[in-house]
Amino acid sequence: MSKLGQTPSQTVGPYFAYGLTPTQYGYPLKSAAGPEVEGLAQAGGPRIRLEGCVLDGQGAVIEDAMLEIWQADAQGRYPGAPSGANSSFSGFARCGTGTAPDKSYRFETVKPGSTQAESAPHINMIVFSRGLLSHAYTRVYFEDEAVANESDPVLALVPEARRHTLIAKRMETDQGIVYRFDIKMQGDSETVFFDV
Amino acid sequence: MTDSLSPRDWASHPAYIDPGYKSTGLRGPKQPLIKLPLGLGETLGPRFGREHVFEKDADLTLNGRVNGEPQGERIIVTGRVLDEDGRAVPNTLVEIWQANAAGRYVHSKDQHDAPLDPNFFGAGRCATDDQGVYRFMTIKPGAYPWPNHFNAWRPNHIHLSLFGPSFGTRLVTQMYFPGDPLLPLDPIFLATPEVARDRLVADFAIDVTQEAYALGYRFDIVLRGRNATPMED
Ligand SMILES: [Fe+3]
Repeated sequence: MSKLGQTPSQTVGPYFAYGLTPTQYGYPLKSAAGPEVEGLAQAGGPRIRLEGCVLDGQGAVIEDAMLEIWQADAQGRYPGAPSGANSSFSGFARCGTGTAPDKSYRFETVKPGSTQAESAPHINMIVFSRGLLSHAYTRVYFEDEAVANESDPVLALVPEARRHTLIAKRMETDQGIVYRFDIKMQGDSETVFFDV
Repeated sequence: MTDSLSPRDWASHPAYIDPGYKSTGLRGPKQPLIKLPLGLGETLGPRFGREHVFEKDADLTLNGRVNGEPQGERIIVTGRVLDEDGRAVPNTLVEIWQANAAGRYVHSKDQHDAPLDPNFFGAGRCATDDQGVYRFMTIKPGAYPWPNHFNAWRPNHIHLSLFGPSFGTRLVTQMYFPGDPLLPLDPIFLATPEVARDRLVADFAIDVTQEAYALGYRFDIVLRGRNATPMED
């Protein structure tokens, strides 16, 4: 049987905010998802903030990008996993880069647990923006998981010189634990993007 | 049958860098993508369905009313969300946003010198039914200028965002209207491989059209499918 052709991706454009992130941007529509993963109280493990900027090929901060994250809970369980899931944890959040003073994104979540024996804890991320015709998949790994990162099968596929682009930096702040993960769309330290 | 996804078909999707669409020049990744073996993070996904929508969210002629009806041509946009094997994608969230009839977005950064409509917000959402059908009532969006090049105008379009069954099936796209003279001039539309461009254009549908009320358009959306184990070697 011949397959139907996939509907092509198109850019999210500059005006997604009132459609996809209306609550965050102050528009009168309730967002389907915001910058805080739902069910954090039941997620177990340490609360974290994941934040960073999206930068273009000249190092300019992109003010009209949108990020989505999707992750397991602190025990490494994805919502909907056949092997048993934490039903109160959504594992998903969405944030635009247009509302913080420094045009960063800021997610409130928990640090995920390892999902499989050899795999290091990570958060799956999608980048959307004006000027990005197809969304870009990346992954956020954690600086303080150096041993697990060493044996992660996906990091092993990434040329060693580029692996650092996938590692979030840990900071202890008066607001708690913050992981910093800047996304460089191009340039010397272009973030690794995956063909998912 | 496995749980894995059929590949993202790069012959159907635009390249990251397109010389016609200027903003891609500094924003599209230049390094080759690294092929990711699929795991739970890709084949599972966030669950967004009927519980995330109110009925009036699917009627953009209603959900932004302040003191009257929105201006412009009422239209119905409906279709099925399918996978590549033609199977329905049920109970998945479809989010849309668009300009008003004059080509102006509610967005605070849209400075186009065209009127806002106090009774039109321009965003809505619905979930597909068991047959994968979604349906919106809205106003036909106007064309609008953009700074890509001299006399650049975006064709009439509606932005759509879909989840599908997994994080790997995520799709953001745009729906265009048949016969729009701006299509052959639009770098965003033209950045799509030629073979796939007509998949972005809705069909006028008299059977969707509502007598004496609104014109109907049909726009089916095809997401990545499942990767079946081949039957022969
Ligand atoms: Fe637009």
